Amino acid sequence: MSAPSSDDRVIEFRHVSYRLDGGRELLSDLGLEIRRGETLVLLGRSGSGKTTSLKLINRLLVPSAGEVLVEGRATTAWDAIELRRHIGYVIQDVGLFPHFTIERNVGLVPRLEGWPPARIRARVEELLQLVGLEPARFLSRYPRELSGGQRQRVGVARALASDPPLLLMDEPFGALDPLTRAEIQEEFLALQCRLRKTVVFVTHDMREALLLGTRIALMEVGKLVGVYSPEEFLRSPDPLVTAYVAAFRNADAGLNRGRP
Amino acid sequence: MSVLEFLKSFLEFCAHNRAQVSALFLEHLWLVGVSMLLAVLIGLPLGILVTRHPRWNRPILGSANVVQTIPSLALFGFLLPAPWLGERADRLAIAALTLYALLPIIQNTCTGILGVDPAVREAARGMGMTDRQMLFQVELPLAMGVILAGVRVATVITVGVATIAAAIGAGGLGEFIFRGLAMVDNRVILAGAVPAALMALAADFLLGRLEHRLRQTS
Repeated sequence: MSAPSSDDRVIEFRHVSYRLDGGRELLSDLGLEIRRGETLVLLGRSGSGKTTSLKLINRLLVPSAGEVLVEGRATTAWDAIELRRHIGYVIQDVGLFPHFTIERNVGLVPRLEGWPPARIRARVEELLQLVGLEPARFLSRYPRELSGGQRQRVGVARALASDPPLLLMDEPFGALDPLTRAEIQEEFLALQCRLRKTVVFVTHDMREALLLGTRIALMEVGKLVGVYSPEEFLRSPDPLVTAYVAAFRNADAGLNRGRP
Repeated sequence: MSVLEFLKSFLEFCAHNRAQVSALFLEHLWLVGVSMLLAVLIGLPLGILVTRHPRWNRPILGSANVVQTIPSLALFGFLLPAPWLGERADRLAIAALTLYALLPIIQNTCTGILGVDPAVREAARGMGMTDRQMLFQVELPLAMGVILAGVRVATVITVGVATIAAAIGAGGLGEFIFRGLAMVDNRVILAGAVPAALMALAADFLLGRLEHRLRQTS
């Protein structure tokens, strides 16, 4: 029964380390498997190696030691361009092209892949619908004319454009105000229910991790502390996990201030 | 002689010599135009090269800087013994003007490209754009306003420096200026200087408008 289980592993980190040129180690001996259709959240504080891990998957970075396998093939064995077009990528600062309309932004990868214009247009409209933006209103606008939440919706639509099986999201909702963030998190959950992409999601927000994650991988100073389901995470006796939970409980306690 | 009388006599001089004024104006325009075209064709790729290979930064920008510090008259002199260039005065003038115009173009190309929002760059790479696609679809369009500002500065400088080309017999509006200096006749000097100034202003205005339009779309 080894065949189905290996097929199930879409991404695999094998003893991966990443060191800067200066010798500082950002990631040491990371071992992690990401299964098809799950949303794996990389949770940790700044500098814990979450973003580095993410960039190793689409080969924006290359491991100093060990290897990262995507669909059974080491990232270094993939053609970098092919690999990246196979993986949707959403970042906190969105990175929409300011000189492109929303239509061109969302249709970027299909255009690079040489789809016929009519098909790109249809796909862009479909995607804008999907992320809750009315195509007629947004197609010909420029990113600067949009609010932060709308921009990040466009960012998600753009990442989904060529229907990649994999999606990497680096604190995608981190820069949004709390209300918009809550809205867009709900939409993401609904979207993920329909699309069943394999998602790797980076955040430092435990609440977001518990809400969105199928499994949570907790990281600390370049090392993996453990991988938990949301329920396991809340019950875990690991001191680092309990510290996390306590910090968020304290924040919640703040909500009750001044109440009888 | 009052200012008004002088002005009248200056205009009369220009009217009388209008064939020569316009011929020298066109010659001047030609020198500047060809030099700028060459400077853009050389400077733009060099600027891009510098952003790709930072170790070329010092040698390339350094040399362009050194060229700028050479007094223009001396630069024309230095190039005189150069084989093919020294054969004709206009070739020599164009070579010197091109070298002079390089620095602002290289520098602004480099600044413009490096000034592209890192998030845009990361998104472009992460979505699988090749280096070439990134350069032509993202970096150059977004840097175009800054690059054009460099071309504009270079053009204005070149219109001025090109007047000195007359000293080596390359023609242009500098002929009037040198002749006027020799004759101690301000009217003749101004017949060269005023059209040159107008050319510089016009170039500045037109390139400025183009730059403004490009910046608005980006």
